[in-house]
Amino acid sequence: MIFATTPSQTVGPYFAIGLPWEAGPHAVPPGTPGAIRIAGVVCDGAGQPVPDNLIETWQADPAGRFADLHGHGGPSALEGFRGFARSGFEVGDGSWGIVTVKPGAVPGPGGAAQAPHIAVSVFARGLLHRCVTRIYFADEEAANAADPVLASVPADRRATLLAQPTDDGYRFDIRLQGPGETVFFAV
Amino acid sequence: MSRSTTDTPTSYEREPEGAHPPLDHPGYKSTRLRHPRQPLIRLPQTVTEITGPQLGPARLLGPHDADLTRQHEGEPIGERIIVGGRVLDTEGKPLRDTLVEVWQANAAGRYRHRSDRWPAPLDPGFSGAGRCLTDDAGRFRFTTIKPGAYPWGNHHNAWRPAHIHFSLLGRAFAQRLVTQMYFPGDPLFAYDPIFNSVRDPAARERMICRFSIHDSRPDWAPAYGWDIVLRGPGATPFEAAL
Ligand SMILES: [Fe+2]
Repeated sequence: MIFATTPSQTVGPYFAIGLPWEAGPHAVPPGTPGAIRIAGVVCDGAGQPVPDNLIETWQADPAGRFADLHGHGGPSALEGFRGFARSGFEVGDGSWGIVTVKPGAVPGPGGAAQAPHIAVSVFARGLLHRCVTRIYFADEEAANAADPVLASVPADRRATLLAQPTDDGYRFDIRLQGPGETVFFAV
Repeated sequence: MSRSTTDTPTSYEREPEGAHPPLDHPGYKSTRLRHPRQPLIRLPQTVTEITGPQLGPARLLGPHDADLTRQHEGEPIGERIIVGGRVLDTEGKPLRDTLVEVWQANAAGRYRHRSDRWPAPLDPGFSGAGRCLTDDAGRFRFTTIKPGAYPWGNHHNAWRPAHIHFSLLGRAFAQRLVTQMYFPGDPLFAYDPIFNSVRDPAARERMICRFSIHDSRPDWAPAYGWDIVLRGPGATPFEAAL
């Protein structure tokens, strides 16, 4: 190591002038077959919504390929697949949401498959560093049961990582602190 | 697609304790109800974490993305400056083609945001947001207006030192970084809990740009240089075990 890393600082309350953009919440182009909406609410330790939340997601396509150009895990063959979404329009009620497709399984530690999942970065005023979590899917019971990352999470907290099916996709709430606190990871 | 070769690491070094501010920092009141209380769980770095998006085409929207002084009909008020530097990893390797996003207050310290209501003027010539991709040497460069200090409600007479917010995608989910760049010699440093949330003084220095006479443009704009260092490669090809 020659250099030390630049420290993180909060996105603050005014990121909405710089980071969100109209197509940001769309990890797939409009009209993509099988597109789903994943949405929820971000809450603080008092159970109050966090209106100034910025959520980013990164995931594989249904075939388990990433829209990465550097040689790992990609490229995706799905037309227009970006695999990255950013939600941060400050609707005011703490909600967040993206449009995407359900990812496929991808390789995990030691060659074991990982259950379908989406990597998530949570930013907000009051967060001096991003919080990293993962979205898994509650209706993938068999794959989840074999997932090495879920296995590393205490059983009574795993449910915080499971998105629940809805009419148009899944619901995934993020609780930053307190009862039902979402599991966050050190990457 | 000529750059679709394997040129990114298969793992990233775990950062030492204190490399980033703690999530629980009582001096910054908004952390109180927003920091997780449960310990973080160590995530193995899998293909999900060592890959990342290429947002250039999606995010570079116009010819003046990197010149915040030319995004409107009229010129903004304030001190025109050039802010440039490189995006590197800890091994000194430049990160090319990586997206750098910035946002900031205007010269009077006011953001063009509906929640920023303090009595300083908005500037019709200034939006305060910009974007660029790094070049082959990892360089980025913005022309902008030096932002002013602004008050905030954290404590009595609280003022943020002048800063520009930076967002870095790096080339992998593991490298994602959002930070703030400060200006040298700011008298507000001593009073700012966000700046001081980074406990190591040497690490705080890494958030401060330096004046550069070399990059200043005669009869046009003084320049500030700032290199941003993202995580470098880890020791192991893949973390085999949890
Ligand atoms: Fe700010």
